[in-house]
Amino acid sequence: MQLLSAFLFGVVFALGLGLAGMTQPSRIVGFLDVTGDWDPTLLFVMVGAVGLAGLSFPWVLRRRRPLLNPSFRLPERSAVDLRLLLGAAVFGIGWGLSGYCPGPALVSLVSGAEPVIVFVFSMMIGLLLGRWTREVWLASKPEDSTSEPERDTTPRECGQHDAVAPHPHSRRL
Amino acid sequence: MAVQAVVMGVAGGLLIGFAATGLFLFNGRLAGISGIASGLFEQQSREWLWRLAFILGLLAGGLALLAFYPQAFGPPAASPIVLVIAGLLVGFGAQLSNGCTSGHGVCGLARRSLRSAAATVTFITAGIVTVYVVKQL
Repeated sequence: MQLLSAFLFGVVFALGLGLAGMTQPSRIVGFLDVTGDWDPTLLFVMVGAVGLAGLSFPWVLRRRRPLLNPSFRLPERSAVDLRLLLGAAVFGIGWGLSGYCPGPALVSLVSGAEPVIVFVFSMMIGLLLGRWTREVWLASKPEDSTSEPERDTTPRECGQHDAVAPHPHSRRL
Repeated sequence: MAVQAVVMGVAGGLLIGFAATGLFLFNGRLAGISGIASGLFEQQSREWLWRLAFILGLLAGGLALLAFYPQAFGPPAASPIVLVIAGLLVGFGAQLSNGCTSGHGVCGLARRSLRSAAATVTFITAGIVTVYVVKQL
């Protein structure tokens, strides 16, 4: 059931991206082009997306567990550190250069357009390089208190974590 | 600025928010695409299957768009060489910061995460600066 659920919400997510115009790189670049012919569409997309999710997420977190799984899986890190800011900056540069981020790029993959394939391919390589860098970085700074693995992105024995269902409010950052 | 684009933007955003909410309520997972995509490399993880299912959903949605709303797709904003570099940066940066526009920008902000707010402000700023610099070249 959870596979069907994930699939269906993936479809809806893609439809949202497409209808919102987020699969048009020129719209994204247009949004980031604040000194030029500004395209505010992304702003309205954020309003819609974060507005709805912002109202519903706290409501969902009041539950002890999700509907189809034993527990929620949430990021463990809470500190704003150099890694985060550096990574976000690097991401932003790539985003500004291409007008693509992971979601729209994957959705656009089905169009078969060569530029999208090129981007997705190198994005996957970038993800791999990022994973390895993270492991090396973590390995080299064991005293870093924020270095415990992400529950949402690193392989863990989910059973151990899921057994400790977090109190919803302990996740407020 | 076409009113239609604004309306479609909000409508699309609501769908995105709805999908993120749905994945969270039903699966208890955050719809952070970079994390989901990179998770495909962890075949041994219990999370692998739902991630694959979600990605397949993205692709299926893409097919639906292709069939019924092909104007959703637009031409690339850069040359292939630049796209290669951009892809590497997007993937690498997303992993390093543990998120992207959907992970931090939508789910993170919805969770009132300070980390995600910082990340979102940072990548938007970096994007703005990048577009500006490229324009000068």
